[in-house]
Amino acid sequence: MSETTYRICPRSGMQFDTKAEKLMRWNAVAGVLALLVGGIMALGVILTRWPSVKLLDAETFYLVLTAHGVDMLLVWIIFFEMAVLYFTSSTLLRCRLATPGWAWVQFWLMAIGAVIGNVAILSGNSSVMFTSYAPMQASHWFYLGIILFAVGALIGCFVFMGTLVVAQRDKTYEGSIPLVTFGALTACIIAIFTLLQGAAILVPTWLWSLGVVKEIDALAYRMMWWGLGHSSQQINVAAHVAVWYLIAGVVLGAKPLSEKVSRMAYFMYILFLQLASAHHLLSDPGMSSEWKVLNTSYFMYFAVMASMIHGFTVPGAIEAAQRKKGFTNGMFEWLRKAPWGNPVFSGMFISLVSFGFIGGITGVVLGTEQLNMLMHNTFYVPGHFHATVVSGTTLAFMSLTYLLIPILFKREIAFPKMAQAQPFVFGGSMAVLTVVMMGAGTLGVSRRHWDMAFSGAPFQYEWPGAAYLMMGMTGFFGVLACIGGAMFLIVTVGSLLIGKKLDDGQISATCTPHPKGSVSDRATAHGDAEHVAVPGTVALAMLLLATFVLYYFVNWKYLSEVWGLS
Amino acid sequence: MAQDDNTAQGDNDIPLMQKILDNHFLLLFLGVTIPAVLYTVWGIVDIMSIPLAK
Ligand code: HEM
Repeated sequence: MSETTYRICPRSGMQFDTKAEKLMRWNAVAGVLALLVGGIMALGVILTRWPSVKLLDAETFYLVLTAHGVDMLLVWIIFFEMAVLYFTSSTLLRCRLATPGWAWVQFWLMAIGAVIGNVAILSGNSSVMFTSYAPMQASHWFYLGIILFAVGALIGCFVFMGTLVVAQRDKTYEGSIPLVTFGALTACIIAIFTLLQGAAILVPTWLWSLGVVKEIDALAYRMMWWGLGHSSQQINVAAHVAVWYLIAGVVLGAKPLSEKVSRMAYFMYILFLQLASAHHLLSDPGMSSEWKVLNTSYFMYFAVMASMIHGFTVPGAIEAAQRKKGFTNGMFEWLRKAPWGNPVFSGMFISLVSFGFIGGITGVVLGTEQLNMLMHNTFYVPGHFHATVVSGTTLAFMSLTYLLIPILFKREIAFPKMAQAQPFVFGGSMAVLTVVMMGAGTLGVSRRHWDMAFSGAPFQYEWPGAAYLMMGMTGFFGVLACIGGAMFLIVTVGSLLIGKKLDDGQISATCTPHPKGSVSDRATAHGDAEHVAVPGTVALAMLLLATFVLYYFVNWKYLSEVWGLS
Repeated sequence: MAQDDNTAQGDNDIPLMQKILDNHFLLLFLGVTIPAVLYTVWGIVDIMSIPLAK
């Protein structure tokens, strides 16, 4: 095996194992390519669900929707997460990546799997949508593609675990691993459960599509599949929370209010977050109430509490850091004078607020057994999860990309003005989009429905005018969100192709400590924020609670009207 | 977790919770076993105990 060398980035002090660095770049670029394909598909989806446009015919719509779900939720996110895993282990711990050869196997298996899956979808015989519920059957290539992709990702997780062992053995860090790496470890552990669960259901389903297995039980499929489908969203949550901590630390020098409490919150994710998968089966007969209630209430609430801790401590850390710099006037000077012109920060903060206020609150409502009946399988569901995986995860990953373009890709950001505007265009339109999607869903508009008007059906349903209004707004803000996504692609691809080339930095044969005060030092710092009161964050947290209580009450009231008991 | 001073801590000085959080493979074990039992195995038992239609 050739010797490991390290590149020391002159801008950040980060030290990259040169082999790991290449893998991070390839994984991130593959993810962005998938985002491009998924984004084009998003335009097809949105222009069809816009009632006055209705662009695609039914068959093409379902094909395009399948491709959108797979390319966005699996391919874009998981490729990018592989880059995050290698970065948070090898770079933040300043050690060599364990088994780079296996990491390339990860990359190629995922790439081949993604291509096979996409070809199967685009050839038109696998429009089973992202969830591919049996007994609906796709081409066996579709399942094979996803299995290869998942095996690749599993290998990536073990490379990450191996790298932690290397760092521990070589004593490249003292005490515990940094909080950001601990967040990535949480994501990795959830990913391992998720991918094993995925293998347990997709392998038999693949054999069924080949005719080797006779039948797949529909309920067993759903139960097993959601262990993959929802847990994979929990990988995203753990990963994007790690990105929030990283960006708050790097951009503002913020330290968590209490590192111990933040770690405990991650520990609660490890123990309980995956159990929330059960909320997808709340309306399924067959699963016992005990199973549903215990998994989605008692256990899921531990994980929700963990999210509330992170959601409090990240802005709290930012407020503490800003107040220390002298922004102490009133409740919100720290927020007004935050670096809003820096897309790394603005994207991260919009991600945090959207995830908490829109994704978090609606997630708890959807996860409540009785309320779930109001929204199950309506347009509310994609509305909710676009607030989590798009506003939350995707926007956080976009912000991280802006941070890494000069550090990892050694390029200056091309079109800086566009980069500055992008988080506002994408995050702002996505926030409105998710709210109107949920509004339409509350009025009963179905998800995955090509034509809400049921044209040509013998019986007509009279939608309230508001439903059409919301769907029209969905179309408008969806197109705006696609423009925001396109701006991100123009900035990133433009930076790689025509951005000014920056100094590579020195190559060294050994690891060296993090230079004091550098970006890499701030990204890995231990300890708590110096104790300062954070009244602004407390006010935001109270606002979140008040919104939650009000919204929860409104939904119970609505439920009581749907099913009058008297 | 963070060591406030740079002196090496003896194994006994490290709080139990920190030892648990620093044991990455123990965390992996817990993170896979708990959902496997509470979600997957229990879910399978539930499905298997649905009586067959006669
Ligand atoms: C660029 C902006 C985007 C727009 C305008 C958009 C729009 C939509 C809409 C309207 C639906 C619902 C279609 C229906 O149920 O009839 C949908 C479904 C979906 N979207 Fe997006 N989306 C965007 C970005 C993303 C991203 C970034 C992700 C993932 C990270 C994502 C993941 C999904 C998934 C998983 C589905 C469900 C597919 C299914 O039902 O099988 N979307 N999208």
